[in-house]
Amino acid sequence: MAMKFEKTGDGTYELDVCGYVCPHPQIYTKKSLEKIQEGDVLSVIFDNPSSKETILQMIDQGGHELLEDKTEGGKMYLKIEKA
Amino acid sequence: MENVEKRNQFWAFLITGVLILISFLYYSANVYYIYLIVYIWFGYAYGMMLQYGRFCFASASRDLFAAGVPRMAVGIMIALIFFSVVEAILETSHLSTFHPAPFGIHMLFSGVIFGVGMVLSGGCASGSLYKVGEGNMTSLIAVIFGLCLGQAAFVDIGGVFNNFMPQSWVDKAMQTQAAIASASGVHIPITSWFDHYLVGYVWNQPQFTIAKLMSGGNPTGIHFFIGNAFINAILPAILLLCVIYYFYSRKIFIKKKKKALKKQGLPETTGLKDEFEGMWAMITASSRTSIMGVLVGLTAGLHILTMAAMQKKFGVTNFGTLLKRMGHFEDVSLKGTVFDPGYWYITSQEGQLGAWIFEKFGWNMHDNMFFGYVNGLPELWRNPALWMSLGIVFGAMVMARLQNEFKFKVPSPELLMWGFSGGLLMGMGSRPSLGCNIGAFFIRAAGGDPNGWVYGIGMVFGAFLGVKFFNWFTERKMAKEMESF
Repeated sequence: MAMKFEKTGDGTYELDVCGYVCPHPQIYTKKSLEKIQEGDVLSVIFDNPSSKETILQMIDQGGHELLEDKTEGGKMYLKIEKA
Repeated sequence: MENVEKRNQFWAFLITGVLILISFLYYSANVYYIYLIVYIWFGYAYGMMLQYGRFCFASASRDLFAAGVPRMAVGIMIALIFFSVVEAILETSHLSTFHPAPFGIHMLFSGVIFGVGMVLSGGCASGSLYKVGEGNMTSLIAVIFGLCLGQAAFVDIGGVFNNFMPQSWVDKAMQTQAAIASASGVHIPITSWFDHYLVGYVWNQPQFTIAKLMSGGNPTGIHFFIGNAFINAILPAILLLCVIYYFYSRKIFIKKKKKALKKQGLPETTGLKDEFEGMWAMITASSRTSIMGVLVGLTAGLHILTMAAMQKKFGVTNFGTLLKRMGHFEDVSLKGTVFDPGYWYITSQEGQLGAWIFEKFGWNMHDNMFFGYVNGLPELWRNPALWMSLGIVFGAMVMARLQNEFKFKVPSPELLMWGFSGGLLMGMGSRPSLGCNIGAFFIRAAGGDPNGWVYGIGMVFGAFLGVKFFNWFTERKMAKEMESF
């Protein structure tokens, strides 16, 4: 289990912070959003429920667009388009 | 998926059923244990609410500084406002168990240490407990090694550490020891650094609430409402909400508002009404946190009322008296008491658990003031406040199971390090202040004790330092990950 931040395609990135607990998922999400360009899409995978509420508000506060929000097998998947 | 849901529901009902059974067993053993049962179920209620609302004091300042998210800071202010009103009603009705703590600069330093710790470990004292209930074993490391064992060792260490104590504290502690011995025949144990600090310094600091200051010592309803609730809790909470709105929410809200006005072909001007609308939008942005803020505040008040009723029913002011009536003299301290706050509290009982464990390995924990004279060291199953902490863990576990969010997570070596170091700092930061984010900040700020805010300021500053360190650490890791881009 280690944090993974990968470029998965042209303008698409994936952040995998499964196994991590507060505050790691939200801080890595924040930093990933800072690193990518406007219009790029970031997929975040995490399994710490307490982080989700903060990440969702962070997306709203930043004016980003939430393209996908699903939970499967205890893991949470968010797809965010950076504003 | 359906099987997972059914299994989670089964566990939720099983845990609740076992707690009901335990409650019946206690009641059938002795009616005095109702006192302890009340703690179990208030703990259970807190646990459910904390988990549902993701209610963590660490998150309040950490997410604000690190991610610009005000959700939790807003939730805490709401809880504080509601709790302070209920507390004022209870004080007016002489049904409160609240007591202020010795006031001083020690609260600030203690808060800073605790604040750093809660950011590193990923949860405050109460937040760590509810996260244990979610299956987060990093939080368990913080609780066991920091809040339990670390805290117990912290108050019992003497030897070379005693040399760092100011002579005035040592002299005062010795004078107090002699005075108590001559007055009651009890020789108080002053062996550790903490004993000197407690008896030689803390006990000599003034204890007051705003209501007492306003009234000259005899507060009535008006003083409790105006002084304790309004001046010490509601006003600062509203001011903080305004500050948080201005720095963290206003810009994006006004931007969105102007965009909407432009779309409608209206002039892009905003006024005071829009600012109120923006404040309300911030408060309701995370409805589950804000609603839980209201419920946590009301429940904390109801808890005080229930404990006061229990004390009146049995004619006692501390559970230690009931333990003695049941013949458990070995559980109580030299003055016949055990730790029994009478309201929501977290860390002292966890220190007792740590001390209980150390004693099983032969470390005498009765030879200090904290356990030996003030709080006692009851057997685990007769420790009322410890049952409240267990109640929080199990209440959170039930809620996490019902929401299919329970996941047993074994920490990696990295998280182990964060949990351990943060937990130790939280343990160290909750003892000099005689409380943590709940006992030292939340309860005191709502009860009219300015100490709560002194601790709160320290806690927020500590969280700021913790976030700085965390940012530096995570930035390095991100840079490493991005090398291949």
